[in-house]
Amino acid sequence: MSASHAAEQTEEYRPVFAGKVLEELQSILSRYPTKQAALLPALWVVQRERGWISDRNMTEVAEALGITPAYVKGVVTFYTMYHQHPVGRNFVQVCTTSPCNICGAEGVVKAFLEQTGAKDAGATSPDGKWTIIEVECLGACGFATPVLINDDFVENVTPEKVADLVKKYR
Amino acid sequence: MGFPHKPHLKETVVLSQHFGDADARTLKGWTKRGGYEALAQALKMQPVEVIELVKESGLRGRGGAGFPTGLKWSFMPKEKKKPHYLCVNADESEPGTFKDREIMRWTPHALLEGTAIAAHAIQAEVAYIYIRGEFTEPWTIMEKALAEANAAGVFGKIKIVLHRGAGAYICGEETALMNSIEGKRGNPRIKPPFPAAAGLFGMPTTINNVETLAAVPHILKRGPAWYKGLCLSNPKSTGTKLFSVCGHVQRPGNYEVTMGFPLKDLLYEMCGGVPAGRTLKACIPGGSSVPILNREETERTLLDYEGCVASGSMLGSGGIIVFDDSADMVYQIMRLARFYAHESCAQCTQCREGTAWTTKIMERILSGQGKMQDLDLLLDLSENMTGKTICVLSDSCAAPVVSGIKKFKNEFEDYIAGRRKPVMVA
Repeated sequence: MSASHAAEQTEEYRPVFAGKVLEELQSILSRYPTKQAALLPALWVVQRERGWISDRNMTEVAEALGITPAYVKGVVTFYTMYHQHPVGRNFVQVCTTSPCNICGAEGVVKAFLEQTGAKDAGATSPDGKWTIIEVECLGACGFATPVLINDDFVENVTPEKVADLVKKYR
Repeated sequence: MGFPHKPHLKETVVLSQHFGDADARTLKGWTKRGGYEALAQALKMQPVEVIELVKESGLRGRGGAGFPTGLKWSFMPKEKKKPHYLCVNADESEPGTFKDREIMRWTPHALLEGTAIAAHAIQAEVAYIYIRGEFTEPWTIMEKALAEANAAGVFGKIKIVLHRGAGAYICGEETALMNSIEGKRGNPRIKPPFPAAAGLFGMPTTINNVETLAAVPHILKRGPAWYKGLCLSNPKSTGTKLFSVCGHVQRPGNYEVTMGFPLKDLLYEMCGGVPAGRTLKACIPGGSSVPILNREETERTLLDYEGCVASGSMLGSGGIIVFDDSADMVYQIMRLARFYAHESCAQCTQCREGTAWTTKIMERILSGQGKMQDLDLLLDLSENMTGKTICVLSDSCAAPVVSGIKKFKNEFEDYIAGRRKPVMVA
């Protein structure tokens, strides 16, 4: 169990949906005929606010939407973009599906790992700043290799360009 | 235009006319370019008249299945007893495809206008545009465009809502997408009931692809006869289509051509062919879910629904993946199988187990541990994965495997016989 996981359990829980963020949830709810339909957008809000989605967060979302925590977890685990663990400050997603693969995407992953010190795809660098993952198709195959750094979509990344990108986000 | 390149003379520029022109993203810029005139025109017509017009144009779905759009709209109940919904599939995730992304990035109002027209035609009060989670830039642009249009009251009574996906290829399947909007896991539903009877929230629903809807305003403004006239080969395939070309080509990008255009000309003339010193080996013409074509088949393919079938593949989404002679087909087919194994929703046994075992066997072959019987095993597995599941993800995994073994068997045999250096698969 990581330090953040432990902290989640010992410290007093601070709700995500309070003040402005609660208003945001209410506005999300107004867009759908059922409360449950607000689940995906609500989870996005949690991840934006907390960086990842803990079990306690899931319980809060469940209470807000009138569904069970187990149901929420079932949904969180289905979608790959929701983090169930804390990730590095910079979350890097490199596409390595066939079209990018034949254009050298695996070399881009290797360069990111080398430049950031993250040991493996999926692992976070020792300084906590970087998590690099390989993802399936980012939908920008003509701009190989596309890389999503947090919310920034970077096109045409080659292994040579990685050092500069790492410098920019460090 | 062959964005990001300058337009080519052989392109028929309709949808991509304003790609690369940031001014067209604003409401003012869009209106200046004739935007929202088609919507005003549609709102003055009866819904059924709009449907007839689209039927007459011959427009077919651009997401992959090629179903006639007007006919799909006509399946919605004429007499409205329950709320009607429109879903817009902007979950573009098919490897090789990146056209909807460009439509949203450069002409967000084109999609919004087409969406509003479709909503009017099927009498829907709410339209949900489901944008894949990774499309951060298109999302921001669409959000801004929608806010601008809403502030100006362009859509009247029609409400358009953006809904963000969260990383699941399967949500591009129509019923999985509806489940995802409802706040559920993205598992496809058994059909029937079809969406027009019971779709989103159990109500009559129509779902259309981004490119399909972006074409609708043009059809209204310029007339169905004009659209129908855009046809170079089979009269059942009309209009223009955006083709996303990627992989081993000199100028990858989106190209818009009239239906029936020769694939050879697109690849060799417009995209500049494969890199210097290389030769074309294979091509997947419609996104990774369709059978692979060899060079000879590629060179005789006409780009429309029927032309691709005649060559042994499918038009699909129009995502063209090009492989030159440096490509290791066994490795690339393994990557595709791995993609499907990763993206299977795991409801159906044939798919959950089939995609995973296909990947494992492909990896075994690559590592030099394969046996000749493995090829038969792969074909047998693929047969059991085709036509037997709730949705076609499993079939999509089988397509490149079966066509790959058929057309590039020697490459598989080289690994098995030890003639090729094994690859350590991560």
